[in-house]
Amino acid sequence: MTAYAIRRLLGAIPTLFVIITLAFFMMRAAPGGPFDMERRLPPEIEANLKAAYDLDKPLIQQYAIYLSKAVQGDFGPSFKNKDFTVAELIGNGLPVSAKLGLWAMGLALLIGISLGIWAALRQNHWQDYSVMTVAMLGITIPTFVTAPLLTLALGMYGITLFGLEFTLPVGGWNGGAWRNMVLPVTVLALPQIAIIARLMRGAMVEVLRANYIRTARAKGLSAGRIVLAHALRAAALPLISYLGPGLAALLTGSLVVEQIFGLPGIGRYFVQGALNRDYTLVMGVVICYASLIIVLNFLADIAYAILDPRVRLK
Amino acid sequence: MSALLEITDLNVHFATPDGDVHAVKNASLSISESECLGIVGESGSGKSQLFLAAFGLLAGNGRASGSVKYRGREILGAPTPQLNTLRGSAVTMIFQDPLTSLTPHMKIGAQIMEALVLHRNVSREEARIRAREMLDYVRIPESAQRMRQYPHELSGGMRQRVMIAMATITGPDLIIADEPTTALDVTVQAQILEILRSLKQDRKTAIALVSHDMGVIAGLADRVQVMRYGEIVESGPVDDVFYAPRHDYTRMLLDAIPKAGEMPAPVTAVGAPLLTVDDLQVSFPVKEKGLFGKTRTLRAVDGISFTLHQGETLGVVGESGCGKSTLARAVLQLLPKTGGRVVWLGRDLDTATQNDIRKLRQDFQIVFQDPLASLDPRMPVGVSIAEPLKALEPHLTGETVRERARGIMQRVGLDPAWINRYPHELSGGQNQRVGLARAMIVNPQMLVCDEAVSALDVSIQAQIVALIRDLQAETRMSLIFISHDLSVVRRLSHRVMVLYLGRVVEMAPSEALYADPRHPYTRALLSAVLTPDPRAERARKRELLTGDLPSPLDPKAQLSFLASKLDQPGYRPKLIEVAPGHFAAEHD
Repeated sequence: MTAYAIRRLLGAIPTLFVIITLAFFMMRAAPGGPFDMERRLPPEIEANLKAAYDLDKPLIQQYAIYLSKAVQGDFGPSFKNKDFTVAELIGNGLPVSAKLGLWAMGLALLIGISLGIWAALRQNHWQDYSVMTVAMLGITIPTFVTAPLLTLALGMYGITLFGLEFTLPVGGWNGGAWRNMVLPVTVLALPQIAIIARLMRGAMVEVLRANYIRTARAKGLSAGRIVLAHALRAAALPLISYLGPGLAALLTGSLVVEQIFGLPGIGRYFVQGALNRDYTLVMGVVICYASLIIVLNFLADIAYAILDPRVRLK
Repeated sequence: MSALLEITDLNVHFATPDGDVHAVKNASLSISESECLGIVGESGSGKSQLFLAAFGLLAGNGRASGSVKYRGREILGAPTPQLNTLRGSAVTMIFQDPLTSLTPHMKIGAQIMEALVLHRNVSREEARIRAREMLDYVRIPESAQRMRQYPHELSGGMRQRVMIAMATITGPDLIIADEPTTALDVTVQAQILEILRSLKQDRKTAIALVSHDMGVIAGLADRVQVMRYGEIVESGPVDDVFYAPRHDYTRMLLDAIPKAGEMPAPVTAVGAPLLTVDDLQVSFPVKEKGLFGKTRTLRAVDGISFTLHQGETLGVVGESGCGKSTLARAVLQLLPKTGGRVVWLGRDLDTATQNDIRKLRQDFQIVFQDPLASLDPRMPVGVSIAEPLKALEPHLTGETVRERARGIMQRVGLDPAWINRYPHELSGGQNQRVGLARAMIVNPQMLVCDEAVSALDVSIQAQIVALIRDLQAETRMSLIFISHDLSVVRRLSHRVMVLYLGRVVEMAPSEALYADPRHPYTRALLSAVLTPDPRAERARKRELLTGDLPSPLDPKAQLSFLASKLDQPGYRPKLIEVAPGHFAAEHD
């Protein structure tokens, strides 16, 4: 296992290299540059700026410089947010996005798996149909619709639970207070709940038809024991494949949710960086996202092997 | 004797997209304490559904009605918690196909202990000790280690023993064994039946033995019921049913089983050898477990030589893993060989180019084991049948090809109107006829049948074997007939070759081999063959091989029957001519 892990992580280096290279040259192929504005800068200032950021050198040399610095962990300054380095921007934003994403995914797994199993056990009954219909809604309704609706319901009017009235803040991070997290986490989790419930139901329906489930029933086991001990592990496999990329997307934040709730995550950097031709910032988030995908996919493969002993890691 | 289980007028219906299927029709049966009831029937006869229905284990679309009484208490339609006090405790089940019937991600030990902990309220420690005792009882060596293994790490025979251990650990009154030996090798089948016999004799467990194989039933059952299309057509004491069958279907089932004395047509005018195989070797690299495990060589075919004459049938017999399919594929140039020569009509195929070989395929064709899996599911059977002809004789017009396809379909007993049907619309036997038609349409000189009838019901099997024999008589083609089933091989073969771990242990004219087997492995194989003769089966003393086949990776495995040469690890037993045309490998 350790040797496998080492080999996989070593294998990630060329992958990252290819991603960096592609991202670097594609970004530069896009027209315009970081200092193009509606009002043109005086040529000498622009030349100075470009010289300061090495943009006057041939492209291939810039690439070499970027690569050698990146290897040392220096991702350069942001072209637009001039007071910050890319590392600082990501370092401040990622924990916010990751915290939201983890909570959202945790919530989604808990609810999604339960709903999926329940639907599978009541296959083709009204419970199944209603869970699947609601799940379809969860997938199709975009977050920019659910976010304002939930804000209206829970933030503006408030709800009363056990005689206590809750009114949640409609935005802001507030150092990650739970009251501030409820709405964005819920909005992020809703589509995930839907996807996970559907995946879980499909896999569970399939597994419940397997011969070994019949054996388990013939042993006189209760339905709960059959699901937990005999069916769940096999049924979780499709979910694991989804979770690798799914979790990476969630952890790196969502532009829409962060904008609506005014959260200082890194979701917005993807879009802003690309629009502003903030080369270093885009490269930074690409590397961050790619590394995360690689690590999570690796973890998914490990989880796969743990869940299914027939899988041998090669 | 009081009835343990009494089923009266049981009906089972399935709601399917094609309408209602009446799978079990008014079936009634009873099983007394420590009695073995055999239920015989072919696939689709409802024999398995009968018992699944009785214990509430039908699939979601199944409905059962009638009466099922266990010790006088009605259990049909009882709520699951009530059934669960019975299932796995007093009544347990052994299913066919132990690989898919055991939970793949649960260790053997945990699966065996599970029912005991649940039903008998024993501690996990005690359950573990009992589980190990059960593994010993079903003769699984190194039980402590096995407890920690997963099902896929065991062989098919071992897995079925685990199933039996699992079904026996709670000390049930009744075990329902649903095709417990199907798909197992003959020698393993004999071992499993031996365990079931000891359950019946020593533990006084009642057994409902469900099987399509009259031979399996003959040795074990006290009474027999025959099922067909969901109905019980005959029932009675085992001797009556076997020796004086009253229903035509029972007679047909008994007649379909190959018996001694039936021999294929003798080869007339043996011509020049058609095919000569000389010291053929095929090996595969196998990577050892672990990350830096070294690669070892698995010798699947380890120096096999034989000659096949025109019009002759060579039977190839051996258990799973003996290399019989690999041999077929290497001879037909479907797999690269690692050594030796294949000579076809005097021409060494090493000298032939890929294109030459493609053209030569007109002369040698193959029929595979699983008829459904070896046909393209998205291609109408007519297209599948015509394809080799179109590829090998491209000058033919479409009309001629269609005409030939219809002709060969008719010849193999398929309605030519089915030309546009898809494989899933046909039965297993019909699909195998398609496989035969596809091979025969180019008029090959040699046909290789690789377990071509193994997956079929006995009655269908008999029809296909008869068809192959007729086709051979008409076309004078040669046959290599590969099977694990010695009695089927006997029906068709002029000569028989017995393989063991990639080598020939015995090769002889058919009658000599069956009458006077010289190698201990051949004798063990023959002794494991079941006959539909209850008296003979009960009286029979078997030469049981113990345990599994040794691993082909084990360098000592080749010397299993030649212990005196164990000090020479690379030694290969030589073939010695013990009688004219009768060769047997050296053994102690």
